[in-house]
Amino acid sequence: MVHRFSKKDVNILVDSASGAVHLADKAAYDLCGVLSPPLPKDCPESARKKLSEHYSDEEILEAYQELYSLYKAGELFTSDYDGAETKMSLSGAPVKALCLNVSHDCNLRCEYCFAKTGDFGTGRRIMDFDTAKKAVDFVIKHSGKRRNIEIDFFGGEPLMAFDTVKRTVDYAKGLEEKHNKNFRFTITTNGLLLNDEITEYINREMSNVVLSLDGRKEINDHVRKTIVGTGCYDAIVPKMKRLVRLRDNKKDYYVRGTFTKNNPDFCEDIKEMLDCGFTNLSLEPVVLKKENPLSITKEDLSRVFEEYDRLCDLILEREKEGQNFEFFHFMIDLEQGPCILKRLRGCGAGFEYVAVTPEGDIYPCHQFVGMDEFILGNLNDGTFDVSLSDRFAAINFYTRKDCLNCWAKYYCGGGCSAANQSMNNDLLQPYELGCELERKRVECAIYLKARRMLDLQTDSN
Amino acid sequence: MKHLKTLSGATLKASAEKGGCGECQTSCQSACKTSCTVANQKCENKK
Ligand code: SF4
Ligand code: SF4
Repeated sequence: MVHRFSKKDVNILVDSASGAVHLADKAAYDLCGVLSPPLPKDCPESARKKLSEHYSDEEILEAYQELYSLYKAGELFTSDYDGAETKMSLSGAPVKALCLNVSHDCNLRCEYCFAKTGDFGTGRRIMDFDTAKKAVDFVIKHSGKRRNIEIDFFGGEPLMAFDTVKRTVDYAKGLEEKHNKNFRFTITTNGLLLNDEITEYINREMSNVVLSLDGRKEINDHVRKTIVGTGCYDAIVPKMKRLVRLRDNKKDYYVRGTFTKNNPDFCEDIKEMLDCGFTNLSLEPVVLKKENPLSITKEDLSRVFEEYDRLCDLILEREKEGQNFEFFHFMIDLEQGPCILKRLRGCGAGFEYVAVTPEGDIYPCHQFVGMDEFILGNLNDGTFDVSLSDRFAAINFYTRKDCLNCWAKYYCGGGCSAANQSMNNDLLQPYELGCELERKRVECAIYLKARRMLDLQTDSN
Repeated sequence: MKHLKTLSGATLKASAEKGGCGECQTSCQSACKTSCTVANQKCENKK
């Protein structure tokens, strides 16, 4: 499947299945749009006729030969990957990543919180070390030969359970050698409890830290509120700045925010983050049902698309000034990204990745927590529902019909089961609004690569 | 070529041969917790 799009005079052909991306002039771009595989050696008469008003025969035939040579080389109009692995059952696949909801309690009351202000509707609780320990044992047992294991401390607000975090890290590290595992710890925090000790600890032990901030003070404070209803910006930003300033630049961090209907002009929030000195950024559309006044709805799409375009401009502008920054959703590795098998299985929720609650309940991922029908098991009674886990393991974009027809599937990975479930009540039915945004972001990411290549070429001429 | 420039070649098909080791990061874990892009993940398989 070939996806064509143009942005600011750059015409792009994405050959979905091979991963090839080409830049075309107008003639080749238009011609590609009237062709479909298999391509014959000579330009089909029908295609030539369709374009003859706009281009000379010579131009059309020449462009055709170039398109044809890409086709022959397996870089255009290639058919979908159909390896046997896609049909292989992943039954009993190793679990390699844990989301530990160490705290089902939070010291903020954010209005869009999917965790229902921290407790996931299950009551405020902190995970005790005994449960965390069982979770580590569980992942060691279920990870088979996989060496790299990730543990994310999440919540609620995980720093409300800092003691459990520390003891869990020590415990897991103590088992690395014996079991030939390499643990990577990450944490997602709202920043409120960051003090010198915790900052130093996070910078030492966590390979990635995600700091939640929505950008401009008024935007942030409108939705991210303390228990008494005041905004949290002033309390958290100095602490986050300090953490980032002290962090080893070889270790990851992200300042991550959410945008809602309140801030379709979210480039201003990105600028605010940049002004704070943060350069690894992520800002995401809120996922809420359309009845919620903060939700992003169909009517907002064109405005949000425009803003993603502005963000591309901002990125390029800043790069010219030597002020590079990363925007998580525009990061795409066209050359050495993940293998095809990873791409077609996507996030791994429910089989490679699970979330654990303070009660020891195991869920397919953090976003499923609280949906009782998806409980996979419990660490305290040792249960684990392999058939439910296998249901998740069987999901890939071959089993999601809408994804199969989507050009972006190799970049997207087939979307978010949790969003599908909460929006469409169906794990396999993509959440269409999320898809529209995802496709736009992938286009932006590819466009940025193209633009940089073209700029390099003009610079060197 | 005059009409076309290749930004990146056919990298995906080749990845099927060496791929599938499963050592890479889980996508949702890394920076967002609410999303799906996989193409921004790093491959851990250096062979
Ligand atoms: S989830 Fe949506 S954007 Fe992603 S591959 Fe499926 S249809 Fe495409
Ligand atoms: S189901 Fe969605 S939220 Fe859960 S891990 Fe996958 S992409 Fe992330």
